[in-house]
Amino acid sequence: MSAYDEERIADLLRLLRPAPEAWVRAAQELPLVLRGLDDLVERAQADDRLRRALIADLESALAAEGYAPDPQVVEALRRRLPADE
Amino acid sequence: MYELTDAALVARCRGGDEQSWRELVDRYSRYVYAISVQAFRLPEPDADDVFQEVFARAYEHLDKLRDDSALRPWLAQLTRRLCIDTLRSGSREQPAAEDVEPEGVDDVIEQLDEALALHAAMRTLPEHCAEILDRFFSQDESYRTIGEALELPSGTVASRISRCLTRLRGELEGEGRNAAAASSGDWR
Repeated sequence: MSAYDEERIADLLRLLRPAPEAWVRAAQELPLVLRGLDDLVERAQADDRLRRALIADLESALAAEGYAPDPQVVEALRRRLPADE
Repeated sequence: MYELTDAALVARCRGGDEQSWRELVDRYSRYVYAISVQAFRLPEPDADDVFQEVFARAYEHLDKLRDDSALRPWLAQLTRRLCIDTLRSGSREQPAAEDVEPEGVDDVIEQLDEALALHAAMRTLPEHCAEILDRFFSQDESYRTIGEALELPSGTVASRISRCLTRLRGELEGEGRNAAAASSGDWR
């Protein structure tokens, strides 16, 4: 790390601007959202019809189950769903 | 001011401590954001997708992190890979990673690493210093805005910024301890 004068410190501090608050909040709430999906994953494992509906059109099936189909939620759920056989 | 190390924070997150997860996101949100918009110059909607995906994957795969103190490079690598995927998905063909990566990415990330170390050092200062420096430099707030928020005259804001900068510099260079730790990647 190079020597610090105050100008350099100021320049470095300016580099890390806050991310938009809504992004940070969404990422912080991720465990809550994923925990809410646990129940859905369990039901999909037990219910073939629900599992097929989720695999066929994940976004619509999530919306029908009352979840906002945010891309990250959709992706996280896609990774957790049992594969279609 | 007491602050958990990255390793301790990761261990707590792994144990399901949601407050620690919020702290982890808070600690690294600016860094992940900066990599996508400054190093990779992604537009905000793409940067938002990358940001959420980085933390979603980090949360899901925390148990695969072999060295808990290596959180920063792990997040940097994850962010970098997702930025490249985003840039590649915008092309009709599938170009190689090095063809979509903007020039100078390594240099920018190196600077961001240094800035992150500086922010960590800043958090060891008394709270009023951390807040006033962050408001002025990182959030670009004017003396007047800061003065109104903290109920201080503008002149006091200016002198406090100056004193806190000097203090931060002392913190960084006084014993050379933090700077050496930062360059070795173990700066917490």
